[in-house]
Amino acid sequence: MNKPIRRVSVFCLLLVLALMIRANWVQGVDATALDANVHNQRTVIEAYSYPRGDIIVGGQPVTKDLLVNGNRYKYRRAYVNGPMYAPVTGFSSQAYGSNLLENVENPILAGTDSRLFFRNTLDLLTGKQKQGGNVVTTINPKVQLAGWNGLQGKKGAAVALDPSTGQILGLVSFPSYDPTSIAGITDVQKTWVALNDDKSQPMLNRALRQTYPPGSTFKLITAAAALETGRVTDIDAGTVTPDPYPLPNTKTNLNNEAGDTGCLNASINEALRISCNTVFGKLGAEIGTDRMVQEAQKFGFNSSSLTIPVGVTASNYDTKMDLAQTALSSIGQFDTRATPLQMAMVAGAIANDGSLMKPYLVAQERSANNTVISQTSPQQLSQATTPDVAAKLQTMMVNVVQNGTGTTAQIPGVQVGGKTGTAQHGVNNSDNPYAWFVSWAKAPNGKQIAVAVVVESSNTLRNDISGMMLAAPIAKAMMQAYIGQ
Amino acid sequence: MTTTGSLTATITPQGAPNRRNTELSLLVFAVLVPVLAYAETGIAMDGRLPAGMLGYGLGMGAFALLAHLSVRRWAPHADPLMLPIAALLNGLGLVFIWRLDKAAQLHPNYPAAENQLLWSGLGIALFIAVMALVEDHRLLQRYTYLSGFAALVLLALPAFFPARASDHGAKIWLHLGGFSIQPGEFVKILLPVFFSGFLMVKRDALALASRRLLGLYLPRGRDLGPIVVVWALSLLILVFETDLGTSILFFGIFVVMLYVATERTSWVVFGLLMAGLGFWAVALTEGHVQSRIHEWLHPLPASGGGVGQIAQALFSLGAGGTVGTGLGEGHSWLIGFAAKSDFILGTIGEELGLAGLMAVLLLYALLAERGLRTALAARDPFGKLLAVGLAAAFTLQVFIVAGGVTGTIPLTGMTLPFIAQGGSSVITNWALVAILLKISDVARRPPPGTAVQPNEGP
Repeated sequence: MNKPIRRVSVFCLLLVLALMIRANWVQGVDATALDANVHNQRTVIEAYSYPRGDIIVGGQPVTKDLLVNGNRYKYRRAYVNGPMYAPVTGFSSQAYGSNLLENVENPILAGTDSRLFFRNTLDLLTGKQKQGGNVVTTINPKVQLAGWNGLQGKKGAAVALDPSTGQILGLVSFPSYDPTSIAGITDVQKTWVALNDDKSQPMLNRALRQTYPPGSTFKLITAAAALETGRVTDIDAGTVTPDPYPLPNTKTNLNNEAGDTGCLNASINEALRISCNTVFGKLGAEIGTDRMVQEAQKFGFNSSSLTIPVGVTASNYDTKMDLAQTALSSIGQFDTRATPLQMAMVAGAIANDGSLMKPYLVAQERSANNTVISQTSPQQLSQATTPDVAAKLQTMMVNVVQNGTGTTAQIPGVQVGGKTGTAQHGVNNSDNPYAWFVSWAKAPNGKQIAVAVVVESSNTLRNDISGMMLAAPIAKAMMQAYIGQ
Repeated sequence: MTTTGSLTATITPQGAPNRRNTELSLLVFAVLVPVLAYAETGIAMDGRLPAGMLGYGLGMGAFALLAHLSVRRWAPHADPLMLPIAALLNGLGLVFIWRLDKAAQLHPNYPAAENQLLWSGLGIALFIAVMALVEDHRLLQRYTYLSGFAALVLLALPAFFPARASDHGAKIWLHLGGFSIQPGEFVKILLPVFFSGFLMVKRDALALASRRLLGLYLPRGRDLGPIVVVWALSLLILVFETDLGTSILFFGIFVVMLYVATERTSWVVFGLLMAGLGFWAVALTEGHVQSRIHEWLHPLPASGGGVGQIAQALFSLGAGGTVGTGLGEGHSWLIGFAAKSDFILGTIGEELGLAGLMAVLLLYALLAERGLRTALAARDPFGKLLAVGLAAAFTLQVFIVAGGVTGTIPLTGMTLPFIAQGGSSVITNWALVAILLKISDVARRPPPGTAVQPNEGP
C-alpha cells in the first residue's frame, strides 16, 4: 500500500503548495490593489486613528478632533461655526469622504505629506502620537461673519478678497450645513440623505462652484474693453446710442430696464451709473466677439484650471457668437455665467490698477508643532487691463455708489466703488432674478477689499434696485468689517 | 525511517533513540512562542503585559507537560514532532482568539478565548485518555461498524434539529441549551476508523474482482455499492445541511482511502467523476452553493453595496503584506462574525504577514507529513489505512478552509484545525493526533527479535 500512500502524500503536498502560491499572490502581488480598493476601510480607520490637523481662521482653529474611541474610529472631526465655515473647510466624514480644503489639504491635515516625513519619523522614534499638520487660511473671521449675517434668510453667496494680494477674506454660501453632522459614521446617513435631497442645496458651495448670469455687473468688463480699444476715450463724452437699441441683424430691440431716463446717447460713466443696457450692448457689438472674449478671459473667464487650492468652477463667456449674441453677452446675458469668486476677481482687478491677482485661500501649511512648511506668496494671474483704464473704471464705479444704483454701499470716509446687477433667470425671464453687487473699498489706512455678492432673490423686483437693496448692504457690511477695524 | 531499511542484529538490541527528549525540547518552544505572542499582543493592544500572563503560560506549560508525560508513558516510540506542532498551533490559536476577543468592534463581544482554553484542556485530556486507554490502535478495528453507525447518526442529527439564525445557513450544529457542538467534527475520526476496518476486509474484492475497460478497472456492481452510498450520503449532507465543506471532506477521505486500500487509480477516476457530477447537479439547484461560487469568482464588488467576508479576508491578507502589521495591530475584525472561527487565517495573514502565514501552513504540512509517514511506516494494513485517512482528512480540512479564506476555492466554512475557535474541532483534532501517535508508536517500536526486520506487516 506504500505506493498509493506516497502518491497521497504528494497530493497533500500539492494542496498545501497551492495554498502557499495563492497566499503569495494575494499578499504579494494583489496587496497594493487590495489596499487601494474603495471598499477597504483600513485607510479611513488609519486616518481617524490619530488627531487630524486643524484648519485655522484668524489664528483660531475652526476644526476640532473629538476623541470618541468608537468601535472603528478613535477620533472624529467636528467644526466650530460649522455652517458658516463649511464653504471654506468642507467636510471630513468617516462615512462619506471629504471635500474642499479637507480634501485637497488632506496630505497635510492627515500628516501623510512627504514634507512631514522627517517630523513623523522623529515622532515615531520619540514615541509621540502621530498628528496631522495645520492649514492656515486667509479668511478674515469678521468679514466672514458679516457676509454670513447678511445672507441670513436669503439664498446666495458672498466672496471677499484683498485686491492687492488675492487673499480670500470671506467665502460665504447660504443656506449652509454643519459638517459636524456628517462627520461620523453612525447616525449620519439620514442627515446625509436629507442634505442631498434638500431643494435649497445647503451643501452646494455657491461661492466657488455655482455660476450665475452676471447681469449688469459684466458691463464693467465691456467698459474696460471699450476704453482699452479706444472706442471710448472720454468717459463723460456722449455716445451715439439709440434707445431702444436694435440688436444687429435682428428685429429685436434691446431695452433698458430703468426706462427712458437718460440712456439715449449717454456717456459710459452715466450709462454705468444708471446701468443702461443699450449703451453697453451696442459697445459690445462694436468691439466684436473676439475682442470681448479676449477681455473676459483677461479677467478670468473660461478658465477651468483655477485652484485656490480648492478647484473653482469655470465662469463662461461664449467664444462663438454672432453680433446680437455678443451684444447680449456684453451686458451679462445670453450664455454668460460667472461664479461669485469670478466677479470678486473682476472688482479686485479694477481696484488693483488692472492687475488681477491669483485668489488664494491657504496662507500657510504648517506641521503639527506649527513649523511653517509652505507659505503662499501673492501671484499675478494676468494684467486684466491697463492702470489708466482701471483708474477710469474706478471713477465710474465710485460714481455708481455716490450717485447711482449702489448708494446703499456708501461708507463714510471710505472710497467705495461698485456695480449692481440683476440677472434674468429662467426661460423668458420667468423666475426670480439674481441680485448682484460687486464692489471694492479703499480705506485711508491703505486697506483694500473687493467683494462680490449674489442673492438668488426671493422677491420679484425686476430692476437694478434689487441688487442695491439685497446685495449691496451685505457687501457694505463685509467691506466695513475689514477696513473699519 | 528505521522500519523501511533492514537492520542488522549488531545494532538493533539497543533500539533506535525514541526521541522523547527531542519532543520535550520542541514543546518548550511550542509553549514559549505562544506565550511571547500573547505578551506582544497585550503590549500592542493595551500597552502592558496581559494580566493572566503567568497563569496562561503555566497552564499551557502544564497541559503540554501532561501530554508529553502521557506519550512518554504510553507511546514511548511515537513521532516526536506531532505533539509540539499541535501544541504550537493550539497555543497560537488561543492568542489570536484572545486578540479578536479584544476587538470591541466584533459583536457580540463574546470572550471566546477562555472557552477555547477550556476546550483545549478537554482536548488534551482526551489526548491523554486515548494514550492510556487505546493500548494498541488495532483495538479500534473492533469498532468498525459501530464507528460507521455512530458517524451516520451524528451526521444525520443536525438535520433533525431546528437551525438557528446564528448558524448562518449551515445546519451543522447541535444546540443543547447554551451549548452547541458540531457533530461533523467527530465524524472526521469515526469515518476513517470505519473505512479502515471495512476496506481492510474488502480491499481484495474491490481491487481484483473487476473488469478491464479502456485501461481502467471497472468494479463490479456489488463492490461499487459502498462508494455510491458514500457519494449519495455526502450529497445528502450537502443538500440538507448545506455543508459543502463537510461533504467534500468525507468524500475526499473515502476516495483517498479506497485508492490506498485497492491501489487502483480507477477508483480515483470514478470518485472524481461522481463527485463532479454530484456537485454539478447540486450547484445547479442549490442557491446557497451558487452564491458561494459566485462570491468566489467575484469577491470584490465593483461599487456600492456591502463587502462580503471573502473580500474582507482578502483585504486582511493584503494589509498584512510580507511581514504583517504586528500582533494586535491589524483590522481583521472587519471580516465580521466568523473572524474567530472560519476566517481566523485572515487575522494571521494580516498580523503575521505572508511570513507568518507560510509558517503556519508549513506547520500544517509538517503535521500532515508526519501522519503520512506514520502510514508508510505502519506495519498493519488497518494502521496504514487509518493513518492515511486521518492525515488526509486533516490536510483536506486545512485546504478547504484556508483555500476558502484565501480565495483559492469557493468558501465552505470549516474550522482551521487547532487554531480556529470551536470546541468540537479542538478536541477532535487532539484525539486525531493521539491516534496518529499511537500508530506511530507501534510503527517505530523496535522489533522484539534481532532478526532481519520485514519491510511491511505480515
